[in-house]
Amino acid sequence: MTAVRPEAPGSDRYQGARERSRRNTLSAASRWFFLTAAALALLVLAVLAYDTISQGAGRLNLQFFTSYPSRFADQAGLRSSLIGSGWVLALTVVMAVPIAVGTAIWIEEFAPDNWFLTVIKLNLANLAGVPSIIYGVLGLAVFVRFAGMGPSILAGSLTLALMILPMTVIAAQEAIRQVPSGIRDGALALGATRWQAVRGQILPVALPGIVTGVILAIARAAGETASLIMIGAFTFIAFDNSRITDDFTTLPIQIYNWTTRPQEAFRANAAAAIIVLMVIVLAFNLIATIVRNRFRRFR
Amino acid sequence: MIRPMWFSTIAGLTALALVACGGGGSAPATSTGGGTPPAGGIDYSSLSGEIRVDGSSTVFPISEAVAEEFSKLAKTRVNVAFSGTGGGFEKFCRGETQISNASRPIRDSELAHCAEQGLDDVLELQIAIDALTVMVNPENEFASCMTAQELNAAFRAGGATRWSEIRPGWPEEEITFYYPGTDSGTFDYFNEAIIQGIDETANHRGDGTASEDDNILAQGIENDRNAIGYFGFAYFQEAGQRLKAVAIDGGDGCVEPTFESALTGSYSPLSRPLFIYTRESFLRDRPEVLGFVKFYLDELDALVTEVGYVTLPVDLLNQQRAKLEPYLGSG
Repeated sequence: MTAVRPEAPGSDRYQGARERSRRNTLSAASRWFFLTAAALALLVLAVLAYDTISQGAGRLNLQFFTSYPSRFADQAGLRSSLIGSGWVLALTVVMAVPIAVGTAIWIEEFAPDNWFLTVIKLNLANLAGVPSIIYGVLGLAVFVRFAGMGPSILAGSLTLALMILPMTVIAAQEAIRQVPSGIRDGALALGATRWQAVRGQILPVALPGIVTGVILAIARAAGETASLIMIGAFTFIAFDNSRITDDFTTLPIQIYNWTTRPQEAFRANAAAAIIVLMVIVLAFNLIATIVRNRFRRFR
Repeated sequence: MIRPMWFSTIAGLTALALVACGGGGSAPATSTGGGTPPAGGIDYSSLSGEIRVDGSSTVFPISEAVAEEFSKLAKTRVNVAFSGTGGGFEKFCRGETQISNASRPIRDSELAHCAEQGLDDVLELQIAIDALTVMVNPENEFASCMTAQELNAAFRAGGATRWSEIRPGWPEEEITFYYPGTDSGTFDYFNEAIIQGIDETANHRGDGTASEDDNILAQGIENDRNAIGYFGFAYFQEAGQRLKAVAIDGGDGCVEPTFESALTGSYSPLSRPLFIYTRESFLRDRPEVLGFVKFYLDELDALVTEVGYVTLPVDLLNQQRAKLEPYLGSG
């Protein structure tokens, strides 16, 4: 019997080694591929952030936050757009979140599984994909003109509330669905009513997920421009908003205006305003993280 | 007792911010009001109320500048938006705005639409002159002057695709076209002056790069040897200098786009009037609108050049002022 060396070509072990090494190479290659993909995303973000910050950082002083818009780039500021954005976002959240969470709870916990529910679910998924300008057209026709609100803070926040409603409902639904059914069944088995189970057990567990969804929706509303311009939001506002019937402007509208101006100095303003907007969105994310961790601890 | 300290710090900061803002508001004494005596007997500080201004994005910087100065004198809130000349008239006719900015005269169809809604006292005031500038890449050495007919041949639908089709002797290279979006007054104006003004049946071509953002047009032309495009004169003054402006031959020889040639009208047919529109009844019944419009005309000379347009000749400006006379006397 001529002994075949185990590692010699043709032997079983040789075949196995080759197969292993092929799989290892593939695994290593895929690892690098995915790492590159992730790094590319980070790189683009870093380049964008660097470009914006290097352009706009010089404009970030107290004057930039306390001045109204101006034809002079170095005297223009974010005062009215910050206040406007604050009003609109706060009202949007106050109107959209209770309805969204309520809808999600109803769909997941109370609704009978029939054609009506199917229609609603289908609609929600479709509405979440509708471009924002369509909500602007709707807002202009219904809130601004039909309801006679004018291009006011109220009309603007109602439009944005409609826009973020579907995505918030879907996010809240997901969060509620993640709650282990043992928790729900356990509460019901102990004699809790459906509402008691929802309030005492399901909502607290689902809250972190719901908050994440809400924050994402706020971030989208904070950056929304097209639909607000559609309903007739203004660009030059030189007073502080104090009522929901006031005319208003917002941060992204101001950014849009400044990027379209020919003077180079306005481009620095736009970059600075973008930094402010990014910081605000990041702050929302931070709040979401804190809220999430807090509630995890109490669970 | 950490909370009260926090509160007082915040309150202090807010107060500081307000002081800084108040200082900022009055410090840049732009001296625009200095040259003009407060004739006409309007006490601006007594005016309150709210005025909504919408319309052309070309006129927006002028109205913004006037609103900015006006808000330093009067308590009136002047809110300015830009939804385009056509969009502005649509809102104006519905009674949603008091002043409409326009980069072209109001159309008969728009006037009729206004009349249907009961607005039959529309008043037109010319406020400045704007000029379009036709631009090519700086490396382009042949296209330094074009006639209106040649521009028509270049920008009409189904028109020239190679330079040689515009003028024999020019290179046989393919042209790329850049022009403002169809919603802009600048596009409308070019279309009326160059395309339909020369051949009523012609349309503007649609196979080039269209953008509402002049920066994109300028960048495109800068990076493309065979590009031709056009945009507003104000933009050319600010950022277009790295491109090459084409002189226009409107029938009396080549004329470069300059403030002087736009003012005298010799830069023809690519200089155009800019307007604001309001209603006679507003001037009669709403002192803040009358005050704002009067202030607008009084401050034009200083503000229009600041934002890059061409001021009206004195006699033309006086014609606009005369339109306000009947309301100023009785007020």
